[in-house]
Amino acid sequence: MVKTAKRSPREKLLERLDQVQKGQVWRAMFRPGSIFRAGYADSPRNRAYVVMNSLLYHLHPVKVKRHGIKLSYTLCLGGMSFFLFILLTITGIYLMFFYRPSVEAVYSDMIRLHTQVSFGLLVRNLHRWGAHLMVITVFLHMARVFYTGAYKPPREFNWIVGIVLLLLTLLLAFTGYLLPWDQLAVWAVTVGTEMMKNSPVIGQQVQFALLGGPVIGPETLLRWYTLHVLFLPFIIVIFISVHFWRVRKDGGISGPL
Amino acid sequence: MPTPDEVYEQILKEESDKGSSPAVAQGRAKAARVRAQRGSTNPNKPDPSTAPAPDNVREALGGAPAAEAQTQPQAEAGEQPKAAASEPSDRAASEPSDRAAGEKPKVAAATSRPAASRPAARPSSPAPTKKAVGNGAGPAVPERVQRLLAVVKPEAIQKVERQPMDRVNVWPHLMAAEFVSLLVVMALLTFFSLGVDAPLRELANFNQTPNPSKAPWYFLGLQELLRYFHPQVAGVTIPNVLILTAFAAPFIDRNPSTRPDDRKLAIVLFTFFMLAFAGLSIIGMFFRGPGFNFVFPWEGGIFFEL
Repeated sequence: MVKTAKRSPREKLLERLDQVQKGQVWRAMFRPGSIFRAGYADSPRNRAYVVMNSLLYHLHPVKVKRHGIKLSYTLCLGGMSFFLFILLTITGIYLMFFYRPSVEAVYSDMIRLHTQVSFGLLVRNLHRWGAHLMVITVFLHMARVFYTGAYKPPREFNWIVGIVLLLLTLLLAFTGYLLPWDQLAVWAVTVGTEMMKNSPVIGQQVQFALLGGPVIGPETLLRWYTLHVLFLPFIIVIFISVHFWRVRKDGGISGPL
Repeated sequence: MPTPDEVYEQILKEESDKGSSPAVAQGRAKAARVRAQRGSTNPNKPDPSTAPAPDNVREALGGAPAAEAQTQPQAEAGEQPKAAASEPSDRAASEPSDRAAGEKPKVAAATSRPAASRPAARPSSPAPTKKAVGNGAGPAVPERVQRLLAVVKPEAIQKVERQPMDRVNVWPHLMAAEFVSLLVVMALLTFFSLGVDAPLRELANFNQTPNPSKAPWYFLGLQELLRYFHPQVAGVTIPNVLILTAFAAPFIDRNPSTRPDDRKLAIVLFTFFMLAFAGLSIIGMFFRGPGFNFVFPWEGGIFFEL
């Protein structure tokens, strides 16, 4: 009698997984050569395929200069800034669920976020401290690029894009600063925008356009909210894309010194 | 007639005089030597890289489909001899041969792919053995099958003469480092957020100005400057000049070197601005009390919230 061994659940599962991997849906999702399709065994070819056959290829080349992965050269500051940007986007979207940008509702929404929303306070803390940290990392990234001379040809344009990104980061942080609509936020923004008023010729007009009136009011809140959650992220994503693209087109990371 | 080695030396010298890189010069000289060898062993046969030489073409890829593409070289008689010859590649699969049908070569058409046109039973070329016998004195040059795919003008070729460099795979070397730093940042930020709450003061009240009123910390350097200069200068001129200088920095600093030793002035200037900005910001954060007047934080307390 042929002993038909009863298959264990694990074997059944593996068999089912194998079927899925050979199915059309799976093959439609993953490109030929993708490690999700062909499996990953450590080999130089597969190491290249991990990058080449995935979305990562838009971000990283297959190989980089050996000195470029030394932590002491980049301190990972650009990567940290990008990671913080993603983290701020995610936490920011969560905060948007509970936030109405009208003067009547905003402060009670903040209180509700602190007291009733699951993880509301933690997510707000992450968002706020992450934003401060991002300003710091972007700034330090600029310093690192200067000290390594990475702004020199052929990377002049990427340095300019980087300065734009620094200014956009500051603007994002500043527009977000108003949104809690407490004494700290409103008066800090008042002080900040008072400086703008001193610009020659167009100072008053710029301040009026940004505040939606001569002083901070309900229009300011809505305006800065829109800038903070929609307009500035939209612009900064474009500049980040150009920045990353140029890093590769200009020959990867700079150096070695 | 010069021997192959003489040709090699001659071409090498010519190329060096022209200023080609050593690798390019050597490659061209080697190619010339191979051409000279072929010419000397079999003078009846034209150079395979410039004229049709079907018998020199060997079935290079065995039974692979690409091998059927023994495309006859398409060099025009008047073309210059610098024609770029290339080995059979799988790209050749789209360029099947019509030689079996006795037609003149033409560029691939999808309809001409049937196996009938494949010259399967062709005897392979006797050339390699002949060469080995007839050219015993010269250095052994491995037989390379070359086939003309296209004639490209030399100006049209992008010469990438990049120095070879020590490179590592992004996966796993770079991505592992990135992932670790991501985890570290996330962990630190999470612990900090669990421990320290973001400030939320009472509802905004436009009739009650807090004393002191401070800008967000990244603008406190500017607010500090306002204590020393006219608002036009501190709030407008200085920041704008700084931004414009930053934009123009790569064009102001024409020094091509990236070595710290070579750019002391740039580093000193940048460090000076960094320290000045940091110093002003720290004074603005911790040393300014009510009325934005100077206080020592250990005496008057800290009037600063993030």
